[in-house]
Amino acid sequence: MANDSSRLRISAVNDVVRIDFVDRDILDEATIRQIGQDIQRKLEPMTAPKVLMCFGVVEHLSSAALGTLITVNSLVKKKGGTLRLAEIRPEILEVFYITKLNKHFSIDESAEAALKALA
Amino acid sequence: MPARIEGHAILRGPRAEIDASQTAVEQAMAQHGYGREALFAVRLALEEALVNAIRHGNRHVPDGQVDFRWSVDGDEARFDVRDQGEGFDPDAVPDPTDDDNLEIPSGRGIMLMKAYMSEVEYRDPGNHLAMVYRKTKNA
Repeated sequence: MANDSSRLRISAVNDVVRIDFVDRDILDEATIRQIGQDIQRKLEPMTAPKVLMCFGVVEHLSSAALGTLITVNSLVKKKGGTLRLAEIRPEILEVFYITKLNKHFSIDESAEAALKALA
Repeated sequence: MPARIEGHAILRGPRAEIDASQTAVEQAMAQHGYGREALFAVRLALEEALVNAIRHGNRHVPDGQVDFRWSVDGDEARFDVRDQGEGFDPDAVPDPTDDDNLEIPSGRGIMLMKAYMSEVEYRDPGNHLAMVYRKTKNA
């Protein structure tokens, strides 16, 4: 298990990198930048990474946070890997639908469902 | 029902200033009986508005300030955000929901504000944003 950032809890579930947000709000630009850098640093040495990002505790996120998710998704795809998002609260999920990013990301209701899809 | 509550802040950029303004607005809305959906909507829209003004609006303004005024009563919450920049044309911002633009990391703030607020208006020359949230919108 690795803990690469105070804003993230990063763990390994078999061959999947599971990333849990620890903050209710993902709004502050500096924090968002740090989150992006921490994830990139973790994924950089990997080939075809399988990544699960869990939003269980997240109550608010900004368009800047969405931008970081898009950047992470691009990195994962570039490496031939797969990114899935899970445990997104209904209010946050609505943000994905409004921005049509639900078409861009693979979203599962639960971490278990996402892990099954990544297996 | 309490009287209309008003607030005014000059924001220079630090996160704590945005958080303090958000908290004041939330408390005023809670006093006037706005629900969870309304608080979520306004918090999201204000986040985008204030960060846009500080980060983009005042980008070329040394020591730039953002003038933020707001009022909340039992029917609606009104917000005015003015930066000191030269403004911009909001209609020139590409539609982030176009398939070709989905992978672009930025450019979603304005559409989120429009989605969650009852009214969003950029006044000429584009450095003055006026937004309204009506309680009946999601009642």
